[in-house]
Amino acid sequence: MNHLTLTAGSLKKEFNRRVIFDSISFTLHEGEAFAITGRNGSGKSTLVKILCGLLSPTKGTVRVSVEGKEVNAEILFRHLGFVAPYLNMYDEFSGIENLMLFGKIRGLENNFAGDAEELLRQFNIFERRHDEVRTYSSGMKQRLKFAAALLHRPEILVMDEPTSNLDEEGIAAVRSVIAEHRRRGILIIATNEKEDVKYADAVLNLDERKLR
Amino acid sequence: MKVFSAPAIHVFLKDSHSEIRTRYALNALLMFVVTALALVLFSVGNDVVGTDVLSGILWVIIFFSGMSGLSRTFVSEEERGTTATLQLIARPTSVLLGKLFFNFVLILSLNVLVAVLYIVMINRFVILTPSIFWATIFLGSCALASSSTIIAAIIAKANTKGTLYPVLSFPIMLPLLLTVMNATRLATEGAAFSEALGEFQILVSYTVVVVTISILLFGFVWKD
Repeated sequence: MNHLTLTAGSLKKEFNRRVIFDSISFTLHEGEAFAITGRNGSGKSTLVKILCGLLSPTKGTVRVSVEGKEVNAEILFRHLGFVAPYLNMYDEFSGIENLMLFGKIRGLENNFAGDAEELLRQFNIFERRHDEVRTYSSGMKQRLKFAAALLHRPEILVMDEPTSNLDEEGIAAVRSVIAEHRRRGILIIATNEKEDVKYADAVLNLDERKLR
Repeated sequence: MKVFSAPAIHVFLKDSHSEIRTRYALNALLMFVVTALALVLFSVGNDVVGTDVLSGILWVIIFFSGMSGLSRTFVSEEERGTTATLQLIARPTSVLLGKLFFNFVLILSLNVLVAVLYIVMINRFVILTPSIFWATIFLGSCALASSSTIIAAIIAKANTKGTLYPVLSFPIMLPLLLTVMNATRLATEGAAFSEALGEFQILVSYTVVVVTISILLFGFVWKD
């Protein structure tokens, strides 16, 4: 039995009667990486939002099971990390305050402060950890989002345009996260970057509605 | 109760720290209170106004002051684009309870401030039964916070947030406003505490019903 499974069944999404996508089904197991590609407006972000439980599908279901037990949608966030350009941090707090806040709201154990600092080091924003996020560049904000998404060591990592706003050093940090996470969980990447797609075991092209 | 444990408290603390730093709601509330009180003071002047009318005016000030600031708890998340972030780190119930508690603390502080200023500034507004008055302020704050929080969650998703909030709130809060006005009138007439028990029962029931409905429905309001 697989430790971790994510199953999307016949997903369909409509906005104002316009069908964005229809009949999307796939199953992912632990240790698999999945890429979603397609031109702008093809529904990549909509699909990842549905997979993360941020949007409801018009039809279909997303099921996550851990150790054979289905995870209630309300507590899916405990197993999931999500990075996307449209996901914002709290500007009035510093980088470290944001991470500590997220850890406490998530209900993590008290000893996550060390993990938070380690992640800030990994993404090379440790020196600016006490500065308010409003003073960060867009690339630094993107790095902080990665730190926030990885703080609770999620089994499922979903990334929408993960390398957007990042310089070469940031991209390298992200690729190491991708390489490491695909070994120990489920990785879903919505991207058009050919380099990122290479990491995927399967690719869903929303333009062709084909799974490769 | 598990849901009102650490995550809800940390949502409350996050909103409190955020409010102290940004003053999103506080400035709006205080400006409205000062302006409204000054206008009432000028318009009443030396005229002889009945205590029932003055009780009504007090709650009109509190209602519209609340309308100017209480929606911020959800609207600011939506405007800053942090709604999805919060959805990804907490259960809907924890978010609701944390924000409900934040609104309660905010509206209670505001109501105490308004009540004290009103008593000091309006000479004819004399409280003869303080126990009824302060119990009304406390229970009225609970009821106002409970209804304003769920309405704020609903209107945060709309395009016309500013105008929709008082319009949607008024019919829902009307029974509550009539009750607190009546209880305040009793406090100014020197009624015994037992005479106001009916009003207090209405306020407690209103709060319990609204909070229960909010917990049941919030998941649907919050997600899409």
